[in-house]
Amino acid sequence: MLLEATQVAIERGDRRLLSGVDLGVTGGEIWQLVGANGVGKTSLLRGLAGVATLGVIGDIRHASTFLYLGHASALKLGLSAVDNLRWHPACDVTAPPDQICEALAAVNLAGYEYRPVGALSAGQQRRVALARLLLTDAPLWLLDEPFTALDVAGCEWLEACVRGHVSGGGATVFTSHQPSRFGALQQDLDLGQYAV
Amino acid sequence: MPSDRPLLSLRAAFLRQFLRNGRGIMRRPADVANPLLFFFMVITLFPLGLGPDPIRLATLAPGILWVVALLASLMVSAKLFASDFEDGSLEQLALAPYPLAVTALAEVCAHWLATGFLLALASPIFGVMLGLPNEGLLTLLVSLLLGTICLTLIGALGSALTVNIRRGGLLLSLLIIPLNVPVLIFGTAAVREAVQGGNPESWLALLGGLALGSLVVVPLAIGPALRVSLDS
Repeated sequence: MLLEATQVAIERGDRRLLSGVDLGVTGGEIWQLVGANGVGKTSLLRGLAGVATLGVIGDIRHASTFLYLGHASALKLGLSAVDNLRWHPACDVTAPPDQICEALAAVNLAGYEYRPVGALSAGQQRRVALARLLLTDAPLWLLDEPFTALDVAGCEWLEACVRGHVSGGGATVFTSHQPSRFGALQQDLDLGQYAV
Repeated sequence: MPSDRPLLSLRAAFLRQFLRNGRGIMRRPADVANPLLFFFMVITLFPLGLGPDPIRLATLAPGILWVVALLASLMVSAKLFASDFEDGSLEQLALAPYPLAVTALAEVCAHWLATGFLLALASPIFGVMLGLPNEGLLTLLVSLLLGTICLTLIGALGSALTVNIRRGGLLLSLLIIPLNVPVLIFGTAAVREAVQGGNPESWLALLGGLALGSLVVVPLAIGPALRVSLDS
């Protein structure tokens, strides 16, 4: 079991958003958190990752290493893509520069390795952030709206990347408003049923 | 990648964070220049406002220099964790397998080197501008060197507590100015003592004690403060 959440409730301020959420994720699974805007997808994912702890009630256990990518890309705009990717404390990645350049080439950013990330477009910045997926060996990926700002080719790349990760025994939990990208491979967790 | 890769040691984690922040600061030198420029501008205004009487300026100089240094530090420390909070770096740090106190301390160190340390190094020049007697210049430098460590750490704590509040500047000032008062008192006392020909060592020792104490204690508070800010 890579992620096990039992009877999780999410509170924001003095308002309870979700209660009684059960989720068990094992290797080879893709879970999409679906629900209307404001239902608590991001809050739940942050709770599952352990970023937020205050308003999270219930029992959450996960794999010792996992990768969480939030709305914000954790990129410093003044630093180059390579410098940014050398730093990823949560996964303890200190990949050598050539490996980082390979990952950047895979997300179609060859030639941008040493430019300040601030000079790239929103979609390109997103690609830099997602290049972290190629630099980690974490079995569990928690991705918040990973398809945002990506073009068609970028979405296809990400889809293939997640498929590859899952076929290798990993698991992915993500939020998105895009209807089932992974077809039969994915399972949906509709948060509407847990809304309070 | 091998999955049995050992975790970074605390020291390596500290160093990595320090280098990342240092690099970030070097790419944006304006942030470093700001407090120094502020210091310079305010110090040049005082002789214009108070009149050019060198004796009166010299008596006021320790207080003026220290108050302006405190304000300059307040100005920059408010933004210490702001960019990390906005761009999501803080979330990643919170998930890291080592204490937030260590990585936060690394950020504070990089920040201090670029602001407080430079300000202290430049302070004798500003002292001369205000006609501070030569005997006070070295003490001014040492007292600001020790004092800005405290000011930066306390400012960082305030920044950690208010980072998720929009326009938290006023709240931050209310929170940290009272904590800065002892530093200000010891610092000005040291410089005044030196100017009057006395021995400033006891005041400097007190400042050094405060600096060491806050180096140990404040990071332990910054960690949970950042977590609380991430929670809401």
